[in-house]
Amino acid sequence: MKKASIIMMVGPLLLLGLFVFPLWNIMLGAPQYPDPLGINIHIDGIRDVNEFDIQNIDGLNHYIGMKTLPKPEDMWEFSTFPLIIGIMIFLGTLIGLLGYAGKVSYKWFLGWFILMSVLGVMGMYDFNEWMVDYGTNLDPHAIMKLANPDGTPMTYKPPLFGHTKMLNFDVTSLPSTGAWFMFTGMMLTVVAFFMGRKQRQSRVEIGNE
Amino acid sequence: MIKIKYSALAFLGLVMVFTGCNDAGKSSNGALSSSAAEKVYVAPGEQDEFYAFLSGGYSGNLTVYGLPSGRMFKEIPVFSQFPTSGYGYSEETKPMLNTSFGFVPWDDSHHPDISQTNGELDGRWIFINGNNTPRIARISLSTFETEEIMEIPNSAGNHSSSFITENTEYVVAGTRFSVPVPQRDMPINEYKGNFKGALSFISVAPDDGRLNLEFQVLMPGFNYDLSHPGRGKSHGWFFFSTYNTEEANSLLEVMASQNDKDFIAAINWKKIEEYVKNGGGTKMPANYAHNVYDEETHTGTSTMKKEVITVDPTKIPGSVYFLPTPKSPHGCDVDPTGQYIIGSGKLSADITVHSFDKMLAAIEGEKFDGEAYGIPILKFEEVLAGTVKSGGLGPLHTEFDGQGNAYTTFFISSEVVKWNVGSWEVIDRKPTYYSVGHLMIPGGNSRKPFGKYVVAMNKITKDRYLPTGPEMEHSAQIYDISGEKMELIYDFPTHGEPHYAAGCPAELLAPKSQKIYRLDENKHPYATPTPDKARVERTGNEVHVYMSTIRSHFTPDNIEGIKVGDKVYFHITNHEQDFDVPHGFSIIGQNTSEILVMPGQTKTSVWEPKKVGVWPFYCTDFCSALHQEMQGYVRVSPANSNIELSWTLGE
Repeated sequence: MKKASIIMMVGPLLLLGLFVFPLWNIMLGAPQYPDPLGINIHIDGIRDVNEFDIQNIDGLNHYIGMKTLPKPEDMWEFSTFPLIIGIMIFLGTLIGLLGYAGKVSYKWFLGWFILMSVLGVMGMYDFNEWMVDYGTNLDPHAIMKLANPDGTPMTYKPPLFGHTKMLNFDVTSLPSTGAWFMFTGMMLTVVAFFMGRKQRQSRVEIGNE
Repeated sequence: MIKIKYSALAFLGLVMVFTGCNDAGKSSNGALSSSAAEKVYVAPGEQDEFYAFLSGGYSGNLTVYGLPSGRMFKEIPVFSQFPTSGYGYSEETKPMLNTSFGFVPWDDSHHPDISQTNGELDGRWIFINGNNTPRIARISLSTFETEEIMEIPNSAGNHSSSFITENTEYVVAGTRFSVPVPQRDMPINEYKGNFKGALSFISVAPDDGRLNLEFQVLMPGFNYDLSHPGRGKSHGWFFFSTYNTEEANSLLEVMASQNDKDFIAAINWKKIEEYVKNGGGTKMPANYAHNVYDEETHTGTSTMKKEVITVDPTKIPGSVYFLPTPKSPHGCDVDPTGQYIIGSGKLSADITVHSFDKMLAAIEGEKFDGEAYGIPILKFEEVLAGTVKSGGLGPLHTEFDGQGNAYTTFFISSEVVKWNVGSWEVIDRKPTYYSVGHLMIPGGNSRKPFGKYVVAMNKITKDRYLPTGPEMEHSAQIYDISGEKMELIYDFPTHGEPHYAAGCPAELLAPKSQKIYRLDENKHPYATPTPDKARVERTGNEVHVYMSTIRSHFTPDNIEGIKVGDKVYFHITNHEQDFDVPHGFSIIGQNTSEILVMPGQTKTSVWEPKKVGVWPFYCTDFCSALHQEMQGYVRVSPANSNIELSWTLGE
């Protein structure tokens, strides 16, 4: 159980990477942008990949009536996400400590993972909602109002995951370094759970002998 | 018939396959000539291996090319007004062309030289001389813009310039015409013995490149044609070719071609520098302009300097010697080791090579052949390292490949000759089209040449292209010099009349080429930092419009309250921070050029409205799909009207 508990402590601590590295990355490339424009989505705000990218993306998007990219103070998520992640790291590490001390069972490890997963899915859902609004809630006085072949107004929601072609731009949206830290950290808690369970079972078997 | 042709071709193909192996030499020759296209072809999306900076001659500017493609990338305005960008027209850049003669909108730019550290190209700046109204310019190699211009007093025909010492301690400028120093009213035919030739040493500050004229060596009244620095072992010396040692003042083509030998002047500048540092030299009143462009205020300022230190070299023993060199030498080039000084007697068939070691020994042994105006003349045989018996006629310039070979241009016989440094034997010769003057190997004037291509720049405009009337651009050739024999691989037209060029590997400059100016570092006194600061202010009949631009509108774009007789300054700040989004500005009836304002920059254009009416202005640089909408109006009322100043956008 001690080894499992140590892994349980390390896993949530990896989520600290989210305070340094971006969670998600969206790149926009086009023939006239051989150096693509890009944004990095951090848990506390959106940042440029290269300086002035946000300004230049906003400058392009105003033609099609999109709102400017939100500043940290424009969205509650950018103040709440760091708090939630912070609490989850604390909880996870605490569970690991208590497990080490033998105060809680390995089942708590899975509990943390399930809670974190639920929160993660909620976060993704929220992120997607914002992108839908960002890509479809367009200024009625936009300079360019484009329509799909079927006559419906064209919208510009970036993909949540993967690549799409939007007008002349190739848009690629993928998890970034922070997300991989989180993914690895969460997987470690699952590993901790199974290790804890295996040790528990072997102890039970030894006990039966 | 066609069938027969094809089968004949097929047969020929077969023959070639079978004979190919037997005669490797021949078939590789064929392969070589067919691959000339491949050697210069830089595929779309790929980049050239070298930058080449060609002087513009009477265009007054400097052009940037790629090698081996011969593609022209940019013309950098230096000494001439340039309506394309508004250089020399905008209020900020007019001071750059100020001189002691007032505003001089043109010059004849000659010899670019890239800054060096330890004798190797470092790519910080490139220098170039203005020949007609003597000036030296320093150009940034991150913005590719002219940053500084220094006028040279006591000089006339600033030709043996602008060559730098091997740590860019000095950029050196020598006079072609000797003149009275100081200038005064005197009979022309009293030239001999009275005129002086000033050789100027301008220091370059290592951090920001700022120029300062440290001292001028007042030499006898010869013509100082070209110069090059000593390097390596000869660092501390500078070599100038001279002609008209006859000191003729008329019909020079005959009168100045009488002496069998003129001189290469060897100047021990370290010695003179020390002399000046210890308080030597004479402070002489002077008046010359020093123009500096500040990248943060985006503005040039011109200051008049009032004094210069002149040095009489005969007062400093051992500071100057003359090396006799046959037949009015033009080029004066120093090999990468610093051992050989090559003098190209332009009326001769041969190239004269002096040895630096032998020169030192001759000085030590006082092997003199008399003196000229108190300056010792070294014995020709004592300094001569060798003579290249070229078989050509009219050698001008020599550059080096770093593999022990030299390449000399021959104007009269129209060819480039490759010869070995040391054995003085000719290895190869190739014709040029036509009458080559100068040549350039990237780094060919440094300790470390990149001997892959040589560019030959022709002196007459006749070329091998489609004809375009009596006047045309000059032409250049690129030769592949990576093999034993030179191979002509490309002809390309050049702009103006290049008198020399400098080149360097692309990777030295490309990564640091600036893309934008930062708006948050813009310290222009008339900048409009945010659109809400846009406004119009009047002081008497002077009106200042603080205007900002972003795709694709001006703020403000409607202005009223301007009157006939006003002088309107449009201060345009470009708020873009994206690469390659300049905005332009021009207004109807302007007596000046448009301006191009780079992202983050502020530039000012003046308009003096002469007619009542509503007059449009617009963006001259295609900036977006809505560029054509980027326009505005100025209402001009009669001089006595009392319409208030107002300015709006989107109302």
